[in-house]
Amino acid sequence: MESMNHGLGVDIAFLLLATLAVVTGWRVFRTDSMVRASFFLLVSFIAVGVIMILLAAEYLGVAMFFMMAVEMTVMALFMVMFMMNPAGLNPMNMVHQERIAIGAGVAGFLILGAMALLATFPDQPVPAGLEPVRSLGNEMLGESMLIFESAGLVLLTTMIGVVVLSSHRGRYGAAAEGSMPPGLEPGGDPAGKPEEDEAGEGGHHHHHHHH
Amino acid sequence: MTLTTLLLLAAALIGIGIYGALSQQSFVMLMMGLELILNGVMLAAVAFWAFSGAGVPEGQLLTIIVMAVMAIEMAMGFALVVAAFRGKQADMTESLTGLKH
Repeated sequence: MESMNHGLGVDIAFLLLATLAVVTGWRVFRTDSMVRASFFLLVSFIAVGVIMILLAAEYLGVAMFFMMAVEMTVMALFMVMFMMNPAGLNPMNMVHQERIAIGAGVAGFLILGAMALLATFPDQPVPAGLEPVRSLGNEMLGESMLIFESAGLVLLTTMIGVVVLSSHRGRYGAAAEGSMPPGLEPGGDPAGKPEEDEAGEGGHHHHHHHH
Repeated sequence: MTLTTLLLLAAALIGIGIYGALSQQSFVMLMMGLELILNGVMLAAVAFWAFSGAGVPEGQLLTIIVMAVMAIEMAMGFALVVAAFRGKQADMTESLTGLKH
């Protein structure tokens, strides 16, 4: 356990970070404001990133900071654009099947926790001389290049898919055509009028219908 | 900081994530639950790499792959939110009652 021979400071830091990660992770689903929820999630991710750095995986920890900072900002933007109650002005608790969800969460924790406590894993810590960033780089651009490149290709496919899905011109005509808001209660009347088409092309189409 | 405590932390994050993914009605809150699950998975992967894997580089690579999965999940999730909002003006799972376009 040479390379993992960390001091008391690391243990205290880990304890604080672990508490922070769990508490903020829990608060994500217990806050009234959806924007605040996304920032709680960001704090949880950053705490895990710092723990990764404590574990000598510097590259992954820092990558986590950057990725999550951007992701959660995007998430907060989406909250403001689409969701009700982004600022938490009203109490909010929008849940369904909560008992089952609590049960599944607790069961997941207990099963995985039992595995952590009861299973025996090999005790093979990172060797003292290993440079984690260099070894990761060599792996990604050497032996595992195909995997790395495939991930890039999948990300490109995702970009195309995202544009197709979110385009204003839907696959079967205008995406917002005939769009009606859902009823206030299940099966009730729509709570509003159909959305006005913003695009010039859609407006033109509408115009023709009237004549 | 031992492998056991790290795995317990990962299990806690995954458990909270399962709760969130199953209980939340808002699409984006549901995605936050999925993200928390992946957060725990990444932590467990790094913990195994550091304590049980003798520092093999594939352990770190696995975490990179999970990060890519997370990016894909977020991007596709938001695209689906936009598509559902255009079609149904809805931001809640209950509003989607069919698989029509």
